[in-house]
Amino acid sequence: MIPISHFLTLGAVLFLIGAAGVLMRRNAIIILLSIELMLNAVNVTLIGFSRQWADLSGQVFAIFVIAVAACEAAVGLAILISLNRDKTIMNVDEVNLLKW
Amino acid sequence: MELPFFYLFSAGIVITSLFMITRSNVIHAALLLVLSFFFLAGLFVLAGAEFLAAVQVLIYSGGIMVLYLFSIMLMNVQVAVRIRQWHRQRFFAILIVLILGFEIWSVLGKGVFPAMKVWPWKLGATPGNVEALGSVLYTKFVFPFEVVSILLLAAMIGAIVLAKKRIDS
Repeated sequence: MIPISHFLTLGAVLFLIGAAGVLMRRNAIIILLSIELMLNAVNVTLIGFSRQWADLSGQVFAIFVIAVAACEAAVGLAILISLNRDKTIMNVDEVNLLKW
Repeated sequence: MELPFFYLFSAGIVITSLFMITRSNVIHAALLLVLSFFFLAGLFVLAGAEFLAAVQVLIYSGGIMVLYLFSIMLMNVQVAVRIRQWHRQRFFAILIVLILGFEIWSVLGKGVFPAMKVWPWKLGATPGNVEALGSVLYTKFVFPFEVVSILLLAAMIGAIVLAKKRIDS
């Protein structure tokens, strides 16, 4: 049997890799992909707990997390496409419309 | 027998993810993330979550990542490959990630790593994982299920409004 510590460690490592990608990259699409990675790290943790306590709620919440990830991908990519229409902005430092 | 496969899938996930955040070509990064999701689906099968493994391959790799790839191909990525790829805040970013890892370690490390009693997984055996999951999803979690449907509708409308052509200007 796989102990739950392995699932939690893998989830934490994946979350840290995703966080590093979000903080360090300038390309907007890579940042969105890193956010997907962080959501998947949460899924690993949820499924590890679900297995540990033989309770299906963790898997149900993993399904909800996947639904939220789909929403995030759709809205994020729509924002990128609308930024990309007027001039080619792929760099998050250049997106300063909301800057005060 | 499960443990070697767990290490195999975990190594695959971590290596592809590390490559994913360091590539400069976004298409390579997206395809590496697809590979990572396939390894993750294998991990879900090991954990007894067969339905989620199928959802991971069909919805995540097949749906969401294809949406990413289409959007990347709609945009001009040639410019993005040529610019400087990394923030100048890399030192602070590494510092923040290390602090975050230390926090996770200090909260979870003590409780997790003494050998915990492992509960044998029973729910996946007799009624089938999909059937069990469906019966929980449509009874106990019916309200969050409906809320998620409204969230999906809102995201769909928002994405269409954001991405459509400006008519007036």
